[in-house]
Amino acid sequence: MAPLLTMHGIDKRFAGIPALRAAELVVEKGEVHALIGQNGAGKSTMIKILTGYYRKDAGEILFDGKPVEFSSPQEAQKAGISTIYQEINLVPYRSVTENICLGREKRRFGLLDWPAMHGEARALLARFNIAIDVRRPLMAYPTAVQQMVAIARAIGFDAKLVIMDEPTSSLDEREVQVLFDVIRQLKAAGVSVIFVSHKLDELYAVCDRVTIMRDGRTVQVAPMTSLSRLDLVTSMLGRELTQVLQAPHAADPSDADARTPVLQVRNLAAGRKVRDVSFEVRSGEIVGLAGLLGAGRTESVRAVYGADRPDSGTIAFAGRENAIAAPSDAIRAGMGFCSEDRKLEGIIPDMSVRENLTLALMPDLSRRGIVDETRSREIVDRFIKRLGIRCAGPEQRIRELSGGNQQKVLLARWLCMNPRLLILDEPTRGIDVGAKAEILSLIRELAGQGLGVLMISSELEEVVEAASRIFVLRDGHTAAELKGDAVTEQNVMAAMAHGNESLRETVHG
Amino acid sequence: MAETATTLPPAQRAPRLDMKTLLTRHGAWIALALLILVNLAITPNFATWQTLNVNLTQVCTIVIVGVGMTLVIATGGIDLSVGALMAIAGALAPLIFLGKLFPLPHPAVGIALAFTVPVLVTAALGWFNGWLVTRLRIQPIIATLVLFIAGRGIAQVFTNGNLQVFNLPSFQFIGLGRIAGIPFQAVLMVAIVAAAAWMLRRTVFGRQILAIGGNERAARLAGIPVTSVKQRVYLISGLLSGIAGLIVIARNSAADANLVGLGMELDAIAAVAVGGTLLTGGRATVLGTLVGALIIQLVRYTLLANGVPDAAALVAKAVIIVLAVWLQRQSHR
Repeated sequence: MAPLLTMHGIDKRFAGIPALRAAELVVEKGEVHALIGQNGAGKSTMIKILTGYYRKDAGEILFDGKPVEFSSPQEAQKAGISTIYQEINLVPYRSVTENICLGREKRRFGLLDWPAMHGEARALLARFNIAIDVRRPLMAYPTAVQQMVAIARAIGFDAKLVIMDEPTSSLDEREVQVLFDVIRQLKAAGVSVIFVSHKLDELYAVCDRVTIMRDGRTVQVAPMTSLSRLDLVTSMLGRELTQVLQAPHAADPSDADARTPVLQVRNLAAGRKVRDVSFEVRSGEIVGLAGLLGAGRTESVRAVYGADRPDSGTIAFAGRENAIAAPSDAIRAGMGFCSEDRKLEGIIPDMSVRENLTLALMPDLSRRGIVDETRSREIVDRFIKRLGIRCAGPEQRIRELSGGNQQKVLLARWLCMNPRLLILDEPTRGIDVGAKAEILSLIRELAGQGLGVLMISSELEEVVEAASRIFVLRDGHTAAELKGDAVTEQNVMAAMAHGNESLRETVHG
Repeated sequence: MAETATTLPPAQRAPRLDMKTLLTRHGAWIALALLILVNLAITPNFATWQTLNVNLTQVCTIVIVGVGMTLVIATGGIDLSVGALMAIAGALAPLIFLGKLFPLPHPAVGIALAFTVPVLVTAALGWFNGWLVTRLRIQPIIATLVLFIAGRGIAQVFTNGNLQVFNLPSFQFIGLGRIAGIPFQAVLMVAIVAAAAWMLRRTVFGRQILAIGGNERAARLAGIPVTSVKQRVYLISGLLSGIAGLIVIARNSAADANLVGLGMELDAIAAVAVGGTLLTGGRATVLGTLVGALIIQLVRYTLLANGVPDAAALVAKAVIIVLAVWLQRQSHR
């Protein structure tokens, strides 16, 4: 049987710099195909060429036996290729039904047939075990549901090939399982799936074959079962990384106990999601904040940082209690905060790497309100080198950088301030394994130099690896504090799962 | 000075787009150069001191107001009240130097107060716009609509709707005076443009304006005092509108609350748009606004000088705006 999709010898250059060099991708009918590689390896470019977003410089694409060259994503969609992007591309103010049926509305006598469209939306969502009021605006629902709606929309187009670009980044574990069921259904129905993800577990759980890309080339194509995890990572990175991933904890916990806490939060309550949260961070220590989606982790740290107003409780930072009313207070006191949503709350897309990096430092970089450009350049050059930020230069616009490099710029934004405490909310979300390891080892190194780090991560493995102490939140309460040898994935999961009846609420609440 | 702060060719653009990039990035300058060349060829007596002065004086108030508008738009806002604020400044100044508001100890005091008080009042009203936008979180277009509607009414109440005629050379210097043969208002305009362009590129305040326009939430989390920056920006816009109002009445030797600054908000926004400032905020060029205003003015002048009626010139103006904004969209894809 001929493969559904063959991309052969694809070349693509951006401003003379090759992004793809004779790249290959073959997807069989009814196959779930993993496409992996570091950021900048060429995965996204490959997908964007396939869906008509970019034009290829050389090579050929066969889809369903015919040579194709789509000139727009709409054309690709008509031919049967649906794409789900990492960032949700939907209309928040319109109803769920409208979002699902947008572009292929059902009509009767020239009018929209609402009952039929609502019915279809409900039926599609039922495949994900989601029963919601499809007439309500999309933004009324949590991110995870929105992601499911995006997937339902893509499937609704009767696609022959569904491309999923990190579809699980905003889903929790249970929802990921549901998504996997849907992928298996699709597969059984003869639909092929290209699955892009950085999470190895997911690849092994659902994919049949894998194409590994590095530096714009296809370096390996193999059935998932014949590759070990180590092979996969090694092939993707082109080097041995296990060492970095398994470095020992930087700080000895007994040593940390002696130090005074730099941040102490007691009985914090804020909004609906944070009810009674207590935790502390000592200098030179990495503290993890674990919990399910909606447990109140992000909301807690936002209150600590002054981004949201706490209702009650005490926040003592650097010896002063409740002295932070706005982010600018927190920054002045020596705190830095990397938001979980890099695009929405981190980068200023139209500004250069240099301007983004010095954004918080600017007041210190100026005399009588005039920015000292020479000093700013020095600092930026130093951090670009130190953090290994890959960019064309400090004046390149940040939105042109890969996710991992954007994140490094945002880390540098705070590191150049010499903070006493750095709050990292999902610092490795949407970042490839290589950059992830670099960022984690950097965080460890900084903690070794006395920086206090408070880290939120949905990847348990990562928190357990990095943190010497973990506070587990559940339903807006601190459920457990784990330290020393007690910091294991099993213990964290047990603490998160304790009181299972609350699970459903936190997921759909 | 380069038009925008970015200097590097982005890595993601293919070479075949170079022509397009050139057009989108420097389109306004190219258009201005072409216009001047065309005029040199076809318009009689174009290359004269007089033509230059006529065009400069006509464009001056639009540019001064446009600078404030550029800053407001750079934060992602808009200011519809500028024309009405001009009317208020224009109504207040004669009341002061004619001694109708309060008795004057000395005419010089009247002149000094006539320059400062109206401008301070419009600056305060600009700050009020900012207050509505930041504290009450009203959308800028609605918040400034308040003074757009009420401002002209206030000006008319001041003057009982009367035309105020005067002849006071020392006050009217701002609109009629010359320095080395160049109209004083043009000198003032150049100074304001230069100061604002420098401020936007070199100072913390300028960087904060662009950061807020580029991504307000990120700017707040990076410790930028969003509220105070926005309030200051609206205040500056109000202050510059006040100055423009004074220039207009000085030029006319009369203040008519019905007419001063009428339609100015749209002219200023048009100049900003044609100049290449992103209307969604985050990318702004003050120099571009100057060029944009000059283009609109020159097209109008070209058509009038060659016997095309003013009505047709308005259509040409609209076409330019559409073209400029379309080019902007191209650069953003």
